[in-house]
Amino acid sequence: MQHFHFHRSEQETLFKISPSSGDGDAVTVSLGGEWRMGSGSGHPATLFDPKHPIGDVRSITFSQDGLAFWDSSLVSFLKRTRDEAHEKNIAIDISQLPLGIQKLLALSGSAGKTDAEMPVYKKHSSILLALGFSSLRWTHTFEDTLEFIGELMKSFGRFFRGKAHFRMVDLLQILRDCSANSVPIVTLISFLFGIILAFIGAAQLKMFGAEIYVADLVGIAMAREMGPMMTAIILAGRCGAAFAAQIGTMTVNEEVDALKTTGISPMDFLVLPRIFSLAVMTPLLSLYAIFMGILGGAIIAQLMLGISFLQFVTEAKMILTPMQFGLGLIKSFIYGILIAYAGCLHGIHCGKSAQSVGVATTSAVVVGIITVVMAAAVTTYIYNVLGV
Amino acid sequence: MNEAATILQTTSAANTPGESREVHIRVRDLTMAYDGLVIQHDLNFDIYRGEVFIVMGSSGCGKSTLLRHCIGLIRPAAGSIFYEKMDFWGSTEKERQQMMRRFGILYQSGALWSSMTLSENIATVLERYTRLSKSEIKDIAYLKLSLVGLSGFEEFYPSDISGGMRKRAGLARAMALDPEILFFDEPSAGLDPISSRNLDDLILEIKESMGTTIVVVTHELPSIFAIGDNSVFLDANTKTMIGYGSPKELLENPPQPIIREFLTRGEQ
Repeated sequence: MQHFHFHRSEQETLFKISPSSGDGDAVTVSLGGEWRMGSGSGHPATLFDPKHPIGDVRSITFSQDGLAFWDSSLVSFLKRTRDEAHEKNIAIDISQLPLGIQKLLALSGSAGKTDAEMPVYKKHSSILLALGFSSLRWTHTFEDTLEFIGELMKSFGRFFRGKAHFRMVDLLQILRDCSANSVPIVTLISFLFGIILAFIGAAQLKMFGAEIYVADLVGIAMAREMGPMMTAIILAGRCGAAFAAQIGTMTVNEEVDALKTTGISPMDFLVLPRIFSLAVMTPLLSLYAIFMGILGGAIIAQLMLGISFLQFVTEAKMILTPMQFGLGLIKSFIYGILIAYAGCLHGIHCGKSAQSVGVATTSAVVVGIITVVMAAAVTTYIYNVLGV
Repeated sequence: MNEAATILQTTSAANTPGESREVHIRVRDLTMAYDGLVIQHDLNFDIYRGEVFIVMGSSGCGKSTLLRHCIGLIRPAAGSIFYEKMDFWGSTEKERQQMMRRFGILYQSGALWSSMTLSENIATVLERYTRLSKSEIKDIAYLKLSLVGLSGFEEFYPSDISGGMRKRAGLARAMALDPEILFFDEPSAGLDPISSRNLDDLILEIKESMGTTIVVVTHELPSIFAIGDNSVFLDANTKTMIGYGSPKELLENPPQPIIREFLTRGEQ
């Protein structure tokens, strides 16, 4: 065994390895210099580095020789060295080191103990294993969803039998939050959307001298598709997220557990009022959005195409039958239920931490918007098949 | 029943000499698991009517999980919980709901419904289960709040009061229906020593004045010795109960050294 010096710089030696006197299988490691975190990349991670010629030894004794400063970087080095020595059946003696280091190493746990006694959850290194766990998670999510839908059906059953328990004041408050408080944003978005539609239509229809049909384009698009869709997306962001956050926080605070153990179904008490609120308010807000969109279109038609407001309304009235509004409102009714369902589902199945409330809220919005768009596609196809 | 449980039952027989005492809650061969991971197994103990029963053990050993099994929030992986002679998890949903009506639960955080005032929290429970008039419900809600020293706070929202007051309001709600059994999940958690002591006194007063069976999940030593008539010690390493008896007797004759260590904060 030759003497070995580990230098961080020419002036500073961090440790020296030398054979212990009288024992060929033992080495002494003298620690020195400054072991300071953040002082560059000079610290070794462990003594058992191929670069350090330790050789086959049975014991290592640590001592200090000019150890000017130490912090967690040295403790980390010693801990890793100790743990690896334990695996290699090499005895470690740290009794000559400062008492503080000895105590910190003792606190960090003796080598081998943690692994033996504590369950270790390793990351899934195998792709197949990861795939399996992922499939199990999806199965759980699917089961949760089915369970939620089943419970919701039972809750509707109780409601129609007059046995559902919820507070009217809560329902009114949710109705207000979903309606009056959403009006400004619905106004802005749908008005601007009407303007955008009219712009696109005007540019194209002008080429054919069919400017007047801008009214038809804006009217039909807003009434059948875009009015309900834009309202639904706004409500998914406002109300769906709020539902998930409210119910998720109640789950974290054990309020949902308290409802269950009091014999009050969280489905009745929390979910039903929210589903009713959005089932009622989404069509009403959609109707409002449709008119705001048409108003935006009419303004652009007048400014860009010289079509008067009266001409625009007369043309729009010819195409916009009550049926067109009805089809849009049926869609918005479905959207409302889907948004409330997504918000409540993720709120009820929220975990027990602040982070899980955030995840539940995000999921509620994402799932809400995705289901709304899917429902839009399905209903549009059905309308097409039915010829309406 | 496993060997440990048989030994423990022998130990507990000495601790529960009153043959005439009526068993209120009986836990038999209970195994609790999450996603196939066993939390505790082969739990066997009796809780007698009118006693304060402590569920103790180190953090993460499954104390609160045991409570959640007892109050109907988690179904056991195996075993039974009997209330008098009724098998709680072997009953129908309707029967279970009827049994749950006899419980009152004080959750760790109080778990008051945040959208309601304190009196509304209590009134909601009364409205669910009684046919009292609105004024009678209000009177009882005010009475329950006065019993826990919260007169004058009836129309406050949970967010407007302190943590200790929320705990007491939670207790008032738990007592709304004059339950036969009260469950407390870490009642002293987050409370200062004086508030904690006051809550212990309140628990003893409830027991003495109403004869309520009280189950307390805690690891607060002063509370354990101040209020506990009987107790079970859950061990996180062996994942089963390793002690059953009154806290004082467990301290004097611990079946396992870890119990003495726990009950003396490792100082002896």
